[in-house]
Amino acid sequence: MDQVLLSRMQFALTAGYHFIFVPLSIGIGLLMAIFVTKAYRSKSASDEALAHMWVKIFTGTFAIGVATGITMEFSFGTNWANYSRFVGDIFGAPLAAEALFAFFLESIFLGMLLFGRKKIKPSFYVASAWLVFFGSALSALWILIANSWMQTPAGAVLSDDGKEAVITDFFAAAFNPSTLPRYFHTVLSLIVMGSFVVIAVAAWYMHKEKHLSAASAMMKLGCIVGVVGTVFLLVAAHSSAVEVWEEQPSKMAMMEGMYETEVPGLAIAGVVDESAQDASTLSIPGGTSFLATGTWDTAYPGLNDIADMDKYSDIVVSEMPVNFVFQTYHLMVAMFGLICIVLVLALVFGRKKLVEQKGGLAKMKWLQWVLIISPIFPFLAIQTGWLTAEVGRQPYVVYPSVTGPDGVFMLTENGSSPSVQTFELVITMVLFFAVYVLLFIGWARVIGRFVSEGPVAEGDESSVVVIEEFAAEAASSSNDIASNVEAEAIIEQKTDYDDKGEE
Amino acid sequence: MSLLSVLWFFLVFVLIAGYFILDGFDLGAGILYPFIARSDSDKMIIRRAIGPVWDGNEVWLLTAGGALFAAFPDAYATTFSGFYLAIMLVLFALIVRAVSFEFWAADSKWRKVWDVCFFLGSLLPALLFGVAVGNIIEGIPMDAAGNYIGVPLFGLITSFTLMTGLLGLAMFIAAGACWIALKAPIDSELHARVASIRMPMQIVVFALFAITTLMVFLGFAGVTESVEELAAARWLFAVLFVAALVVAIVFSRKSSGDLVSFISQSVAAFCLVGLLATTMFPSLVNASVGNPITIASAGSSELSLFCMTVILCIGLPLVLVYHFIIYRTFRGRVEVPQAA
Repeated sequence: MDQVLLSRMQFALTAGYHFIFVPLSIGIGLLMAIFVTKAYRSKSASDEALAHMWVKIFTGTFAIGVATGITMEFSFGTNWANYSRFVGDIFGAPLAAEALFAFFLESIFLGMLLFGRKKIKPSFYVASAWLVFFGSALSALWILIANSWMQTPAGAVLSDDGKEAVITDFFAAAFNPSTLPRYFHTVLSLIVMGSFVVIAVAAWYMHKEKHLSAASAMMKLGCIVGVVGTVFLLVAAHSSAVEVWEEQPSKMAMMEGMYETEVPGLAIAGVVDESAQDASTLSIPGGTSFLATGTWDTAYPGLNDIADMDKYSDIVVSEMPVNFVFQTYHLMVAMFGLICIVLVLALVFGRKKLVEQKGGLAKMKWLQWVLIISPIFPFLAIQTGWLTAEVGRQPYVVYPSVTGPDGVFMLTENGSSPSVQTFELVITMVLFFAVYVLLFIGWARVIGRFVSEGPVAEGDESSVVVIEEFAAEAASSSNDIASNVEAEAIIEQKTDYDDKGEE
Repeated sequence: MSLLSVLWFFLVFVLIAGYFILDGFDLGAGILYPFIARSDSDKMIIRRAIGPVWDGNEVWLLTAGGALFAAFPDAYATTFSGFYLAIMLVLFALIVRAVSFEFWAADSKWRKVWDVCFFLGSLLPALLFGVAVGNIIEGIPMDAAGNYIGVPLFGLITSFTLMTGLLGLAMFIAAGACWIALKAPIDSELHARVASIRMPMQIVVFALFAITTLMVFLGFAGVTESVEELAAARWLFAVLFVAALVVAIVFSRKSSGDLVSFISQSVAAFCLVGLLATTMFPSLVNASVGNPITIASAGSSELSLFCMTVILCIGLPLVLVYHFIIYRTFRGRVEVPQAA
């Protein structure tokens, strides 16, 4: 297998894996911060237990996001050296800014969340939760600035020797045509993801008939954040699609399976026969044209005409992964439909009045199961959405967008590292696979445990409450870090004892 | 070679020094961990001593990497792709180490797994960073475009790079010992154990530094042409390094000297990076075959460097404030958990 393809596979694997945990941590991060704030305001033990559980789930997930994120920053230099040389003048600054502005903020206040609960003022603890979320959202902004510049370059020119892109305007480069639509599209989808996880955990407790008051609080907040997020997501997703229609003609053509210039319909589903250059779709005629322009009869160029343009002369139509992009794009849209349906069901049958009078969601086992598995919908939407964005820009790594500066583009095949050999890539691929599987198992064990322990101070597990009180007493009698250590040591002893009991 | 690019040459090394000092002590603590922790409460103390701060410390590496990418893209591309397998080993180490912290605390049945991850995850980077530095000093074979053309991984190991690797490793371990001594309860066995390792380790550092320096003068490090103008600065850093190390050794002998010992160990780490920077200047990667990668050949455009300077001027004060807050919050010694 060739070196470029292996490098692409490695990037797809590592970025796709990283992007399981980033959506979870940014999405859950917002809800965690809200739970923490609520507990701070109400001072009730049950709210605090709920907040603490979500802090634990968040930090356990965040750890993997951080760890697998290092891979991404290194990978530009390790696997894409020629790409790094070409874009370094522009692309490096957002990465450095991300580290300075966002990573430090996240990681240091994460330390506060993890170790400071009994050590810092409650108000500062709340602030730390928000700062971690804010830091992660800021991190997303910088990395999307970098990625969007690859989609729609701006604020740069080709150097005189033609070897690199040189920056001419920082703000034009940072806020290139696709940055903001793509940022809001991404972050809102992550928040929807987080809200679905909270809804799923709530449904799980309803199914198990435990922690019911916590479950209803989670269900309520999950639905509110989910609905608000989804409504704004619709707007952001639309503006992000408009950007593709205006700036990235070949991506647009692949998303709609268009080989010839035509008025694009709004396809619901279909299949593209790449060898026959034909798409069979079930679609609303003129629909996409209407969404993009407000008129039902605006024609968009198909791949064959695009490949004839000077700017896109590197495109070889027969090699374009049209069906792949078509399917990922439409799968994403279909998942969005399921997201909406799930939210409507949760809202209708989870209403407090209905639940109290007739049982509603509390008695509907099938709907509980739907909600329990529902995070898979935003998860698939996010993954397929990114596949559309990244595979759709091929064969370019830096895409020659419509308004992009002349000559500022790069073919993916020219971007890899000449000094890295195929066998090295195979070795690291195997290692990535092994390490990432280990990480996933470790994470699932820990999160599964947090969820099954639940928001414990709630009352039914009195032994734990006693122990926590004892721990708190020990904490107040001493005024050093020891308080925390003691408390945890005691709780851990308790849980160790429980573990043995199970065996 | 513009003023800004010279500034950024040294700023990259300042960030590296920040990493070497801060993550230095928590990587070192991770290496010592299996040897000095005899009980679960020892383990808990070590993890508590670095738990709140290690993540922020590690960000210095990401910042240094990002700054190198932004300011000298060619140097970033050459080193990261040229040292491919070594960098990947560092990466896997940092990944498993990062998750081992929280998963250890939350998953008692898998503690052994996460203990191993913590140890190996600390050891590999501590050794390999020094080997990488040895290579940029000694010089690597490169083609006209600046791509490494030597043997993958094993081509990076020479007597000199092995020595710089060991020197780095010894520095990390000494820093780790100093930090644990500073944080462990003063009358605990853990404190006694770690304090007894500290001074011998610093003497090892001293010996390795002497050997490495000798190797440079004897030509083991290839033909390094350091600029004349910085000769005084090199001497200053070398003398300060030795002086700081001597102070560290003296104070490491008594337990009341924990803080002074840690600070002077950190000063020594800073001086070592300073010595490296002034030796390398104006080159970022020396070449054994082909042309070296220098400030002039690798530097980003003036505008790009200017933007980076603005970003740094806003970002660095914030970063320092965060560090002040976290180190202040978790100041003082960790105490023995009575319950364990």
